Amino acid sequence: MALKLYNYTLSGSCYKVRLLLDFLDLDYERIPVDFFPGKEHKTLDFLDINPLGQIPVLEDGPMRLRDAQAILAHLANSYDETGHWLPRAPALFGPVMMWLMFAGNEIMAASAARLHDVLGYELDIEAARANAHAAFRVLDDHLTERALIGKTWIVSDHPTIADIACFPYTALSGDGGIGHEEYPAMRNWMRAFRRLPGFNAVSGIPEFA
Amino acid sequence: MSVTDDPVALNQWIACAYVGQVTPGKSYDTAMLGQAIRISCALDGTCTCHEIGDDGGPGRQLPLTQRFEILFTTLGDTPRQLPDIPEFAEADRRVANCASVGLHASPFRIVENFLDMAHFCFVHKDILGSMEKTEVFTYKTEHRKDVDEIWATDCAFFQPAASTSAAEKGGGQVTYYKYRVMSPFSVMLYKTVYGNAERDDAICLFIQPKSETECIAYMPMAILDDQSTMTQIIDFQQTIFLQDRIILENQRPVLLPLTPSAEIPTKADVSSIAFRRWLKGMGMRFGILQEQAA
Repeated sequence: MALKLYNYTLSGSCYKVRLLLDFLDLDYERIPVDFFPGKEHKTLDFLDINPLGQIPVLEDGPMRLRDAQAILAHLANSYDETGHWLPRAPALFGPVMMWLMFAGNEIMAASAARLHDVLGYELDIEAARANAHAAFRVLDDHLTERALIGKTWIVSDHPTIADIACFPYTALSGDGGIGHEEYPAMRNWMRAFRRLPGFNAVSGIPEFA
Repeated sequence: MSVTDDPVALNQWIACAYVGQVTPGKSYDTAMLGQAIRISCALDGTCTCHEIGDDGGPGRQLPLTQRFEILFTTLGDTPRQLPDIPEFAEADRRVANCASVGLHASPFRIVENFLDMAHFCFVHKDILGSMEKTEVFTYKTEHRKDVDEIWATDCAFFQPAASTSAAEKGGGQVTYYKYRVMSPFSVMLYKTVYGNAERDDAICLFIQPKSETECIAYMPMAILDDQSTMTQIIDFQQTIFLQDRIILENQRPVLLPLTPSAEIPTKADVSSIAFRRWLKGMGMRFGILQEQAA
């Protein structure tokens, strides 16, 4: 199989990649990584695969990519014939990139809170939750503005890789003690996202909210 | 947070770390029953456990024992014996230390969720249950007085992908279960091995109540599976447990009521009813909803 994903089921970052692989209906091989408790991603063997010691990693033939956002961009660029997931129009491309980076940076505070609460990682949980709330406020305000002009998705008239990148840690934030009560526009957007053809949930996604 | 004064809760052996969790030469701070504790492991791997005093220094030393890939300690002087689970000593079994998961829930709600078959089809859809076959067949519960444990037997459920090996082979099956509540904070089940009706997998859940509403759950297993990798086995178990976690964290009231009329059970809940009656009989107060007088 040409596509291989180094995967941990409960990782929201791996989930980003699995979502797009499913939406594009691509066959791929999953290589399970014992992220917890084994910390396999920090072993010397895995550091050969990704010197940053992070998952996911995607292999596409001879190419090896790390970083969920980079992998999303690569898959959309290579395998999406509609061009919807990664629009090239100048008015859309920049905003998609901007929200993609937001997903890889600010929203990751929600991932930290989840690692603390679920897997017992030692970190500043109050700071993680506060930063996640600040990021969600920005996303919810943006989605409110989009809703006011009748739009569902973060950038385009179609869902893009920006929506995919922002979805997992937003939807899983309850695992880290961060509720969705204050973010009505985000809740509507998550509900629309869950209805996309090919969508698969992962443990911890609220399915009835 | 202050330590409970409930002697029933205090006199239990309680899971406090999984084997391999504390790096030799380091220590790990956690809590049980409202008491802060520290587990310290020397470079040779021997570990000790202390209460942490109000000044942050080490207080009373606590006993520490290792069983089922877990370290246990107790705050009580006459703790209830740890259970006997012979499957962990059988040579052909694989013992999976599935580490631990934290959750904000009552320890008893976690036990009840483990006992419950009715949620399989909804919470573990397409894995432990199917929307087409939601019936919980009649099963038996008993209080085994010789060991003072609650058992549920003759449990059967149709499962599309009951375990890692079943999931890989794509075969649904009727899985037979036996449940065993071994202490107020520990429960296990025996379930049909995929493709082998003679023997059962042993899957345990040991709960460390840090407080009445905050727990760490440990999930060691002794199973018969020569196909799956340990990574796959652990991944499966964690996936299931995190599906339960979101449900457990949203249960209200958080504490468990023991008044029979507080929550309306169905026939599928007879194991929960037996569990609650048992908790009431032993006089458990920790983690129990104190009913307000009308």
